[in-house]
Amino acid sequence: MKAGVIVFPGSNCDKDTYRVLSNVIGAETRYLWHQDTQIDDLDLVVLPGGFSYGDYLRTGAIARFSPIMSSVKKFAANGGIVLGICNGFQMLLEARILPGVMIPNRSLRFICMQVYASVQRNDTCFTSLSNVGDVLEIPIAHFEGNFFAPNDILKDIEDNRQVVLRYSDAQGNVSDESNPNGSINNIAGLVNKAGNVLGMMPHPERSSEKILGSEYGRIIFESILHSILNSE
Amino acid sequence: MNFIATIAINRKNGVADPEGNTILEALKRLSYSNVKFVKAAKLFKVGIEGDEENSVRKTLEEISQRILSNPIIENFEIISIVTIQSAGKK
Repeated sequence: MKAGVIVFPGSNCDKDTYRVLSNVIGAETRYLWHQDTQIDDLDLVVLPGGFSYGDYLRTGAIARFSPIMSSVKKFAANGGIVLGICNGFQMLLEARILPGVMIPNRSLRFICMQVYASVQRNDTCFTSLSNVGDVLEIPIAHFEGNFFAPNDILKDIEDNRQVVLRYSDAQGNVSDESNPNGSINNIAGLVNKAGNVLGMMPHPERSSEKILGSEYGRIIFESILHSILNSE
Repeated sequence: MNFIATIAINRKNGVADPEGNTILEALKRLSYSNVKFVKAAKLFKVGIEGDEENSVRKTLEEISQRILSNPIIENFEIISIVTIQSAGKK
């Protein structure tokens, strides 16, 4: 598997993501600068977490116009696998590659904590090794993670089964009490209609090694690897 | 000609406004009981060059739609476009 991790000015999870892909998963991984445009040889492109362009204007709003984003759009349209984590998810929303928007957490606080997310479907390349109902304990770290979509867009998201992860409790119960940031329908991660682009607020790269206290996030990367190896 | 435009970006009705609501709660605590709502918004001042106001307005609308606002949850409002006279010109 060949993977690329995009580095935007202000990205700060690029090295963690690179490490997991390269050292833990064993993918041939390289950094991509936000001004690069050549990504066609890759199997996976990751938009990492961070504070691209200082989060000015809206999170992800300026990164969206980076030269590499046109290539990411084409890559995704051609079926390439794209994973946006946290700020990367916000960019995918601003770029309209995924539907909806992020608004500030309902608590108006930056939240950095372990949360539980329940797997809603395992027929995607990001969750193929998990079971529906599996509960992943993964950290979140964001101020703007309150997912919102107007009713018509939300209906479209749900009708098309685009939600892959919902905030839940440890038993997998999805409720307002288990919702850390106010996200509508407890949405923690969703895919595009084709299923090859995932945006998620929890950080799987921060929970892929035992030494970090949680290994639940690794299944996302392992599933991607598994899907790519099986399609070759 | 040089212009300075003032553009407001407002949340659409029905979109959660935690910032506005928090300020409203604070005002209630301070006994401003007649305040009924507070909506947080963004305000931009944009300096722009152009031949006449209409073409400048068109560009500003494009900028507002494409970059300054996220049309899914926000509306933009061009509040004013003011001409700036260059110094020394009569």
